[in-house]
Amino acid sequence: MGGLQNFYAAHQALIYFMGINALLALSLYFTLAAGQLSLANAAFMGIGAYTAALLTIKLDAPFALAIAAGALLPALVAVPLGLPVLRLRGVFLAIATIAFGEVVRIVALNWGFTGGALGLSGIPAKTHLWHIALALVVTLYVLWRIRGSRMGYAFEAIREDESAAKTMGINTTYYKLAAFVLGAAVAGVAGGLSAHFIFFISPNDYGFSQAVDILVYAIVGGIGNFLGPVLGAWLITLIPEYLRSAKPFGVGAGWETLFLNGLILLLVVLFLPNGLVSLFGRFRRRPAPAPKAEESIVDVESAQA
Amino acid sequence: MLQQLANGVFQGSVYALFAVGYALIFGVLDILNLAHQAVFMIGAFAAFWILTHLGANMVVAFLGSMVVCGLLGILLDRVAFAPLRRRRDTHFAGLITSIAAATMLEALAQGYFGAQDNRFPLDAVPSRIYTIHGVVILQLQLIILAVSLLLTIGLTVMLRATRLGKAIRAVAENPRAARLLGINVEWVIAESFFIASALGGAAGVLYGMLYSFSPTVGHDLELKGLAVIILGGMGSIPGAVIGGFVLGLVEVASIGLSSTSNLRDAIAFTLLFLVLVARPNGLLGRRAVREA
Repeated sequence: MGGLQNFYAAHQALIYFMGINALLALSLYFTLAAGQLSLANAAFMGIGAYTAALLTIKLDAPFALAIAAGALLPALVAVPLGLPVLRLRGVFLAIATIAFGEVVRIVALNWGFTGGALGLSGIPAKTHLWHIALALVVTLYVLWRIRGSRMGYAFEAIREDESAAKTMGINTTYYKLAAFVLGAAVAGVAGGLSAHFIFFISPNDYGFSQAVDILVYAIVGGIGNFLGPVLGAWLITLIPEYLRSAKPFGVGAGWETLFLNGLILLLVVLFLPNGLVSLFGRFRRRPAPAPKAEESIVDVESAQA
Repeated sequence: MLQQLANGVFQGSVYALFAVGYALIFGVLDILNLAHQAVFMIGAFAAFWILTHLGANMVVAFLGSMVVCGLLGILLDRVAFAPLRRRRDTHFAGLITSIAAATMLEALAQGYFGAQDNRFPLDAVPSRIYTIHGVVILQLQLIILAVSLLLTIGLTVMLRATRLGKAIRAVAENPRAARLLGINVEWVIAESFFIASALGGAAGVLYGMLYSFSPTVGHDLELKGLAVIILGGMGSIPGAVIGGFVLGLVEVASIGLSSTSNLRDAIAFTLLFLVLVARPNGLLGRRAVREA
């Protein structure tokens, strides 16, 4: 048991980040499940982080309240943002949400109330592992419940063909907005929780590169299934850590890690189009077609003979 | 005021040249090439390398860098986009593979050149200063404006008048029909990547003449480039040029108005956001590329 405790102490930050990043990947899964490529979740995460941190620092609010507010405010922002923006499709939605994220970041950089470029420091350490685990379990449960529900089918229909879904009488605006708002709330929780264990936040933590990271978690893991984003987030959080400690190529952190991150990302998208989760399906299904292939070879040979 | 206007025009010309490459690829393939910013960065570093290691002059470095970036563009297409062409979800996948390619290029630049800021050797960059009616203009700025105008006009003429230009427009219009008409679509795409990336590299060299640069120099430009092609209408070449100048002017105007220069990016992106919501097809409209 002592070994386990030592392991936990040495890797606590890593385990926390795995949880937070899984939450972020899931927050994006809501919109991706409905076929919408939104890159606003880093900004929602930032809004959640700042809301929760300001509440605990300035008003000494209870932690649960701070996190709840950190979920609520991004969700409230998501409604007026989503209504005009979700009319856009594909890349245009992505760009509009990138622009929104930049505006949020730049406002936070220039606003005295949020500490400007210096950010907020001295955020009390209140997040425990079970908080993150609880948030993760609740999010997964919600996603699991959505899957077989009316909403789940609506998401799927919109993802496959939005115009057809609309023709079928599905209120596409409502469901797209619901996905957007739910994702914003989850990203806000992730932001609030992470702010209370990294103690220091600044606007640039929630910029374009964070938005891209979240997208990468989800896509690498695979978006056919809500376990994919979790898997992707874990793997991508672990890889640089592994490279740093194991040094398989005799390298430290730095450009080599960056390069390998890019390479892995490229290979996954090229060779595993449905993400890492598709690996499991593949292994399970592989035995079935094999005998058939043998049969056909035999047939060809006998025919030739 | 006139000074601000002049600065806006010079800044805008670099944006325009950068965004034209974006627009060309989007027009032909309907994909957003997020590695374009890395090509821009490599452009600046390639010229830097030629200047410092080969001791060549600026013209050689500029042309050399364009060739390097053009070839890099073809490689980029082969590695990151070509394998995806038959897939249904090219949009998502292409975004990710281009981000991955950009990350790798950035890592390589960081490994070879280091993460610090670099500058071109001072004697390689023209340094004369003119004063016209109280407006201070660097010789360098004039050269930058002239070069980027020349390149964008050249591109427009090429698209309009040459055989290759016609082929590119045909592929942009409908790749399948183009193929049926006997156009080698893959070859045209490769040439488009060469041209777009050479222009992106040229923008990088021009940027490097004015400012210092590090392997992450493209990040800012990437977002501004997006703003520019949205303003101009995705895939529209003249739109990207006009969008570039508009953004340059809006930026200097917002510095003049708001005193805090940090807010200038917020104003640019708010503008982008509004254009996108109110006129999703951009100021010139999407179809403009077909007529370019």
